[in-house]
Amino acid sequence: MFVNFISKSAPPAFSQIFAPKAIPEMTTQLATPLIIEENQEPEHIDRDFALKVAQRAGGRQLLRCFACGTCTAGCPVAEIDERYNPRRIIRMVLLGLKNEVLRSEFIWLCAGCYTCQERCPQGVRVAEVMRALRNLAVEEGIVHPAFKAQAELIRNMGRIYEIEDFDNKKRVRAGLPELRKNIEDIKTLFERQKLNERLG
Amino acid sequence: MSASDSRRARPYALYLGCTIPARVQHFEIASRKVAERLGLQLADVAEFACCGYPIASLDARAAKLLAARNLALAERAGCDILALCTACTGSLTEAAHELQTDPALRDSLNADLAAVGLRYEGSVRVRHLVRVLWEEVGREKIQAAVVRRLDGLLFAPHYGCHYLKPAEAHGDFEDPEAPHTLDDLIAWTGARTLDYPGKLRCCGGGVLATDEKLALGISRNKLREIARRRADAVTLICPFCNIMYDTNQKKIETIFGEPFGVPVLFFPQVLGLAMGFEPRELGLSMNRVQPKALLEKIGIK
Repeated sequence: MFVNFISKSAPPAFSQIFAPKAIPEMTTQLATPLIIEENQEPEHIDRDFALKVAQRAGGRQLLRCFACGTCTAGCPVAEIDERYNPRRIIRMVLLGLKNEVLRSEFIWLCAGCYTCQERCPQGVRVAEVMRALRNLAVEEGIVHPAFKAQAELIRNMGRIYEIEDFDNKKRVRAGLPELRKNIEDIKTLFERQKLNERLG
Repeated sequence: MSASDSRRARPYALYLGCTIPARVQHFEIASRKVAERLGLQLADVAEFACCGYPIASLDARAAKLLAARNLALAERAGCDILALCTACTGSLTEAAHELQTDPALRDSLNADLAAVGLRYEGSVRVRHLVRVLWEEVGREKIQAAVVRRLDGLLFAPHYGCHYLKPAEAHGDFEDPEAPHTLDDLIAWTGARTLDYPGKLRCCGGGVLATDEKLALGISRNKLREIARRRADAVTLICPFCNIMYDTNQKKIETIFGEPFGVPVLFFPQVLGLAMGFEPRELGLSMNRVQPKALLEKIGIK
């Protein structure tokens, strides 16, 4: 279901990039035109995508991003896994690469620790933007199976872990109060929110 | 006088969330023990359910609705919320903050809450147990309760992300780049605290369900820093961080081929030991990595 379109091949070494012979000669003409004519715009570009994300809770400040990379520099996920790069994701959103973003696996890799959000010098609510992107993916019918499974447990029991008689006996033995096994209200609230349809 | 002040004499509604009562009961056992001894009254609200955090990724509004439901139940009981899980604390705190500052959102969520016979006016304050210990019980009372000083022990504090962030929702209680409340509390027991690289790094629990190896790799980085510096234990305040560092420690050691053997204690267990409780009263037999050496150092065999 998820398209991993970012190449995992190793980046070139610094010596390759900065070797004197690697510096190209100055040319007066660019290989490809910088301005894309209206009728040449790739079909997958959604020019309104950034605005759609900006309208979501916590999304408004997104448009201020100046791509400094503070988010990625402090990210505990990006530190060990190059698939996740918040600066790149935000850039892709601003460029209107809607499908590439919403169909990616990387939007599901944010740990939600808020480090980026606290540090962003432009006040971009990065963690909330990631949450908004997941919400938008879900609205397009792309639901991560792990989150779907958790939501179904919550709908059915009110919690992500089932409390069985065994658990309650164990709790009583430890001097803890018994817990109610099922909380029916949650089903009603899921219906009101029309979450059942989105879970498929 | 705020609604919160007027019910200072009221007990706190103890919010357990999903993970603690099912999988991490030692945190609950130790928390109830120390709270009772320190005069914090706790009440159980049987109807409390999920805080909303796990479904925020699917539907942010639905998550707020579940959070608001719990807030409404606490308000009906006339109680502020005392939570143990930092993810729950974060979810409920963020929702309480938004519902207080955004009347339109409150009206909209109340229209749905009416379907289950509830309504939220916006008066409930949400705090984590550790914050209440630091802010309300305070140094003097805690130090007076210490009968078995933990001198000579070295703890590596791990602050759960959602205890601190977003700082705005928590009323800027702590600077998320330089938090100190857990360090202070450890120091009040007589123990020393370890300052270490990556102290503020997330446990990785947030991606455990999506990519286990990635999540365990994030946890590995912190365990490595702590083990190198020979701390007697990690001390933490969130069930999910505990699952990463304690429950999964063996798995991390196996996958990455690195031995750690670092015990992981919930802060209420540390405080409970200092207050003279016996290990079994604090659920210490449920900790996966057994803190045998640590207990011997304070004269418990």
